[in-house]
Amino acid sequence: MTDTPDLEKNPTVAKIRAWRPEAISELIVFRGELTLVVPREHLRPLAEFLVVDSLAFTYLSDVTGVDRFPIEPRFELNYHLLSISRRDALRLRVRLPGEDPVTESVVAVWPTANWHEREIFDLFGIRFEGHPDLRRILLPDDWEGYPLRKDYPVEGPR
Amino acid sequence: MVLNMGPQHPSTHGVLRVVLELDGETVVKADVDIGYLHTGIEKTAEALTYSQTITITDRMDYLAPLSNNLAYCLAVEKLLGLEVPKRAQYIRVLLTELTRIGSHLVWLGTHAIDLGAMSVFLYCFREREKLLGIFEMVSGQRMMTSYFRIGGLALEPATGWMDRVQDVVRTFPSRFDEYEDLLTKNRIWQARTQGVGLLSASDAIALGVSGPSLRGSGVDYDVRKYFPYSSYDEFDFNVPVRTEGDCYARYLCRVAEMRESLKIVRQAMDKIPAEGPIKADAPGIVPPQREKMKIEMEALIYHFKIFTEGFAPPPGEVYQRIESPRGEMGCFIASDGSPRPYRLRMRTPSFVNLQALRKMVEGRLIADVIASIGTLDIVLGEIDR
Repeated sequence: MTDTPDLEKNPTVAKIRAWRPEAISELIVFRGELTLVVPREHLRPLAEFLVVDSLAFTYLSDVTGVDRFPIEPRFELNYHLLSISRRDALRLRVRLPGEDPVTESVVAVWPTANWHEREIFDLFGIRFEGHPDLRRILLPDDWEGYPLRKDYPVEGPR
Repeated sequence: MVLNMGPQHPSTHGVLRVVLELDGETVVKADVDIGYLHTGIEKTAEALTYSQTITITDRMDYLAPLSNNLAYCLAVEKLLGLEVPKRAQYIRVLLTELTRIGSHLVWLGTHAIDLGAMSVFLYCFREREKLLGIFEMVSGQRMMTSYFRIGGLALEPATGWMDRVQDVVRTFPSRFDEYEDLLTKNRIWQARTQGVGLLSASDAIALGVSGPSLRGSGVDYDVRKYFPYSSYDEFDFNVPVRTEGDCYARYLCRVAEMRESLKIVRQAMDKIPAEGPIKADAPGIVPPQREKMKIEMEALIYHFKIFTEGFAPPPGEVYQRIESPRGEMGCFIASDGSPRPYRLRMRTPSFVNLQALRKMVEGRLIADVIASIGTLDIVLGEIDR
């Protein structure tokens, strides 16, 4: 936790550590972008914490899934946040196991996550508990398989 | 009564299906069904090298292909830590702003014709022909330009292109005045757009809406001002914001944006130096000049390696935002150190903005559905990818 002392001084990181230190398991900075790796069980409470006035990360730009097959934990979810009032950007990363990937939906915190989570469910097969309407969005309802997974061929099913 | 609107419908601006539950003419529920144009662009990118991927990015927001090119190229340049020469950056800004005007012209023409103003459609497309002519002159293509490359531009723009840009800058302001004469104070236009498609600022932020759809509701978020890219911080321009949150407000925002884009184009014309590199000097990433490749062994080897293997950026993830004509276009790239993007994700504004449709139309009349779809300025290519 303290092998990146400069990052600990970042105001957002400091506030989160003061609230719940275990909410951040890893800090990454690359090309000027800050990523907080968050254990799955802390994602939803952290989401609710990040929207309060002092941090004001009320705008969720994007949720992106990445399949790291065959490395475990297999799946990564990246939440790209923006604070319009503070002109600040942040990324949260959650890692999920390949066997039955499931996490809590953040639709109640950022309603825009609705379609993002549906798309990730559609293309990766990751489930979001608490999502009001989790069904495929881009592919037909009776499609089998999850195309963006690395073990799904780029040419399509044969 | 349940009525199916689309996917084949002149006013859905693409293959969009909206299942409308009606009580008379009032919409009780509007369920949006997308995916009819899904072509697996993100999956395809995983099989192409970074340079090859540029060509498929055009196809997403096909009304603003240079914007897509820009978002992707900037993301890869960020990943590489590559600095693009100023001349290329200014040319990128100029062309991207012309793209913005071109995109807004299509929006205005189609939105107007949906609501009955047919002449506006023809006038907008007449103006757009001039822009498409400029794109063809510099890149060889009217629409799917793929003109930007990792590190700069594909080619030196053809001699004489500035004269065409000058002609655009000279003639367009009066044309925009003409559109406003036809619409802004038109009682029918006002009746169809004022108070229609209402979206509050808090709903817009919660739903992740961006671009003029967000600024029409009073939220002043423009990526060019928040996270300036490609030297936008050196340009002087305003971002139109209105507070009414209806179709009319968004209409005024976009028309004003077209004028602001012309301002940026004028400044870019003055800033672009007559000569200078259009590509970064990065052997191994940016291909060498053809003349050098034919006489120098080292250049030949670099050329060969770049076009057979590709170049491998360092492992890591980046998210690059730009302000496309529709809103925040984000390009997320996860690299594993191989010459192919491990994961390419394009956060497209239309995909997110379309979520606001339900808020705008439920409880209102069918005719307002047409106006609301038009005002969101969606492009199905970027929604479905």
